[in-house]
Amino acid sequence: MNIMSEATVEKALDQKMSDANFKMVGKDVSVYYGEKRALFDVNLNVRKNTVTALIGPSGCGKSTFLRTLNRMNDTIEGCRVTGKITLDHSDVYDPSVDVVELRARVGMVFQKPNPFPKSIYENIAYGPRIHGLARNRDDLDAIVESSLKKAGLWNEVKDRLHEPGTGLSGGQQQRLCIARAIAVSPEVILMDEPCSALDPIATAKVEELIHELRANFTIVIVTHSMQQAARVSQRTAMFHLGNLVEENDTDKMFTNPDDQRTQDYIMGRFG
Amino acid sequence: MTHPHIMSAFDEELKYLTRRISEMGGLAEQMVGDSVRALVNSDLALAQKVISDDAMLDDAERQIGEKAIVTIAKRQPMASDLREIMGSIRIAADLERVGDLGKNTAKRVIAVAGSGIPRKLARGLEHLAELALIQLKEVLDVYASRSPEKANSIRERDEEIDAIYTSLFRELLTYMMEDPRNITPCTHLLFCAKNIERIGDHATNIAETIYYMATGAQPQGERPKDDTTATMGSVTD
Repeated sequence: MNIMSEATVEKALDQKMSDANFKMVGKDVSVYYGEKRALFDVNLNVRKNTVTALIGPSGCGKSTFLRTLNRMNDTIEGCRVTGKITLDHSDVYDPSVDVVELRARVGMVFQKPNPFPKSIYENIAYGPRIHGLARNRDDLDAIVESSLKKAGLWNEVKDRLHEPGTGLSGGQQQRLCIARAIAVSPEVILMDEPCSALDPIATAKVEELIHELRANFTIVIVTHSMQQAARVSQRTAMFHLGNLVEENDTDKMFTNPDDQRTQDYIMGRFG
Repeated sequence: MTHPHIMSAFDEELKYLTRRISEMGGLAEQMVGDSVRALVNSDLALAQKVISDDAMLDDAERQIGEKAIVTIAKRQPMASDLREIMGSIRIAADLERVGDLGKNTAKRVIAVAGSGIPRKLARGLEHLAELALIQLKEVLDVYASRSPEKANSIRERDEEIDAIYTSLFRELLTYMMEDPRNITPCTHLLFCAKNIERIGDHATNIAETIYYMATGAQPQGERPKDDTTATMGSVTD
């Protein structure tokens, strides 16, 4: 009884804080791929300067939800999104929204590192240049340097900025992609299994980076690694069969989750 | 409620921990019973057996600790699995301490043996041990059932043991004041009584650990206490 009422109180508090602390708000979000419904009325809010991890078995809708946040689903034929998603209170799906500009504010890092087939320098400089963030070459140099520094890659590449980005190791390439995402000064960074193609050391470096980035950005990460979710996030959301099953503080989620399905999934039990 | 693990070897590792804890519990119970019997009957051979049994309990605690570490490293357990393993480590430590207390009582048998314990005192000690053993036995049953309600009720029962310990404490002081020659054996008996009383505390610890393992929350409220010996000055207070 006590636990129930505490949870209710917490919910009410959450509601109150929503205006102040939520960077993005998803309300009754459903996604259809043609006839098939992939997401069922998901209500999930993303807190400012927080790492939110989305977990769940394959096909549970976590990546689908992630992609609704910067309208990456627009590129998929037959995909339809209902409900409402806001970024700082403005509707992401409003017809007046410039999708290119939206994706500059809500950047993305993918599962496989996908640097442009250009130099390391050009990989970073491309975004700021097309978005008009640099007035001259010095500005651009500064953005490239600070982005690479924030991504923890500067020391490794500063003497080879004009070599191809594809010549870097997998882990370096992924950090290059994160530097590229940072370069346009986004507010939110979406990461779709950013470490699944990396070895443990490269993974640790990316996780360390995520940890540091949290100070300046809001991060949403999809991961199949429960340990990774536990390590890098402060909030965790569990998806199952297109439904949001539970969203909780990460510490609670991995020691004492509320939902049986979360319990079974994170403990590797049949459910 | 809980489903088996996809990797069945993980289930086996958890079962191993549970089985070893139960074995430790049985051995600790037996050692405590034997130590008090040895004390009351001045049975030196039985006391010696308790002293040597303690090594088995120490080994078991080490093995449980090692298995728990390997399981954590290998399986990276989450939620109730993690609590289960951490709980095993804690309970093993409590049971190991219970064994130590039994052993300490057994060691004092030699010192007390010649002096002849007054019947009344012996009965008091036996009664105290009986209660501590009931509590230990019950907590081990709760460990098997993992019932948080029962764990909580055991926690509330420690009060009774504390009360009897307090009255034994007074009685021993009285004997010492009557005749200074009683001081040595009575001091030993006082330690024995304290040992037994501590067993009740460990049983309570175990009950709290089980509660946490089952619910993920700490039991609410202060532990009930009726041990007033810490502030007791003399028999007249």
